[in-house]
Amino acid sequence: MTTDLFLQLNNFYQDNAAAIDQERWDDWMETFTDDCIYRIQSRENFDRNLPMAALSMEGMGMLKDRIYGITETIFHDPYHQTHVVSAPRVISIEGEVIHAEANYAVFRTKNDGIAQIFNVGRYIDQIQTSDTGFKLKSRICVFDNDMILNSLIYPI
Amino acid sequence: MDKDQIIPTHQVWDQLDTSRIPFWAYTDPGIYKRELEKLFYTNHWCYVGLEAEIPEIGDFKRTVIGERSVIMVRSSNDEIQVIENVCAHRGMQFCRKNHGNTDNFTCPYHQWYYDLEGNLLGVPFKRGVKQDGEWKGGMSKNFDTAEHSLTKLRVARRGGVVFATFDQGMESFEDYIGSDMLHYFDRMFNGRKLTLLGYNKQRIPGNWKLMMENIKDPYHPGLLHTWFVTFGLWRADNRSELKMDQHYRHAAMISTRGSAGKDKQTTNVSSFKEHMELNDPRFLDVEVEPWWNGPTAVMMTLFPSVILQQQVNSVSTRHIQPNGHGSFDFVWTHFGYEDDTPEMTQRRLRQANLFGPAGFVSADDGEVIEFSQQGFEQKPFHRALAELGGHEIGNTDHMVSETLIRGMYDYWRKMMEI
Ligand SMILES: [Fe+2]
Repeated sequence: MTTDLFLQLNNFYQDNAAAIDQERWDDWMETFTDDCIYRIQSRENFDRNLPMAALSMEGMGMLKDRIYGITETIFHDPYHQTHVVSAPRVISIEGEVIHAEANYAVFRTKNDGIAQIFNVGRYIDQIQTSDTGFKLKSRICVFDNDMILNSLIYPI
Repeated sequence: MDKDQIIPTHQVWDQLDTSRIPFWAYTDPGIYKRELEKLFYTNHWCYVGLEAEIPEIGDFKRTVIGERSVIMVRSSNDEIQVIENVCAHRGMQFCRKNHGNTDNFTCPYHQWYYDLEGNLLGVPFKRGVKQDGEWKGGMSKNFDTAEHSLTKLRVARRGGVVFATFDQGMESFEDYIGSDMLHYFDRMFNGRKLTLLGYNKQRIPGNWKLMMENIKDPYHPGLLHTWFVTFGLWRADNRSELKMDQHYRHAAMISTRGSAGKDKQTTNVSSFKEHMELNDPRFLDVEVEPWWNGPTAVMMTLFPSVILQQQVNSVSTRHIQPNGHGSFDFVWTHFGYEDDTPEMTQRRLRQANLFGPAGFVSADDGEVIEFSQQGFEQKPFHRALAELGGHEIGNTDHMVSETLIRGMYDYWRKMMEI
């Protein structure tokens, strides 16, 4: 992998996280392919090969439905997220697909509150590369928390 | 107003009936301790897990009853044992893994070890050490390992679900849930082997009873869960029933949507109200299963520890694990059945997106429980209201009633002697 490609990949990770933190949902969805997989899964389920996940989306339609849910239908306490995402660790490159991982920490801040460590884990990603840029073919957010702090509304 | 009135120090049910519930029932640490004693540790069968979680001999799962750590294990002879996770020696919670496979339990502190039934097998240096031809130290001569087993719970298994109790005088599980509830229990657990799909776990900062009440409250789904309404899933004219056992402690909310799964009106991608459509209708790709025998959703509360969920094709147990008067862990175990096709498994997994801590509809429930608790804490002299459907307690053939909540508190007052 060239330095240029790595820098581009690193930017892609940071842009994706910034879109979530700034609640730019269209921009966030733009970072996925139409046939994407997006899953938020506990480490326990992941390690034991159990398919259940806190959230398991297949394709852009489901992502759109989720965004509609979090912006229009789900009642929840307002909160902000701040992501800290590590530099990606490139596992392999197969043709136009990069297999990479990155660690993340998500801090949640509610009204009247202080920042809490909300979710900590690792992204396991397949990234489709093309002339026009990168898109996530698959992202599995494997989180360490044994317990989710009440509800998980926004993407991680 | 004196201090006693703001933060009541002795609890008297000074309300006309259980259509009014004092906030101190949710906020008082002493009440909570009494609940653990009277509701979780005696007089009740509590949920511990599914047989499918421990399929092989030696498989174990660590879980809790109330706040007491227990281990569910498949011992030799294919029996299921539930033992308390407290070493007979120094009281250590020796089992640290969530699950695993073993042929014995050994406490790391002094290597006391137990068989899978919880019997003490060995104690290092029991006879002491031999020095100069003489035994020195060791346990007293009359120390009998047989008297120092782990605490063994009584176990009830039915349809692949495991319950346990510390109460050796407990009535049978079947008598405990009663024939009406048993009917719905057996409908869901009809002898087919279950397959484990996995867990969702959340910590909810509210009193544990609020989760029981949430699933005894058919008033809120069409109002709080906007997602249901938006996509036409909730209709007040759905055929529905509310049923309880004779003590009013357990309940079932049973509902049937039109001709489920067959026409567009009920599989429901289009809303009768806002004409909203899902971009991906697979969230609600319902297929009618023969075992339903009609109802498309049955939500059961088995007091005090578990909720059994059938919401169309999504089936799960939801285990209430209290940790203090103002918090509980809520553990969802999703499962399927041995004869499920891969398509059915996919369907159950997709529909699971509606439930759990991130669910389109269940995320709302955790949030409102947290904020109810906040209201109770600031005003513990006040009371909540549960008067929908009047004051009486009884089964209904509609959903517009809070009778199940009134019933639960009627039972709660008897058990708590309040
Ligand atoms: Fe609800």
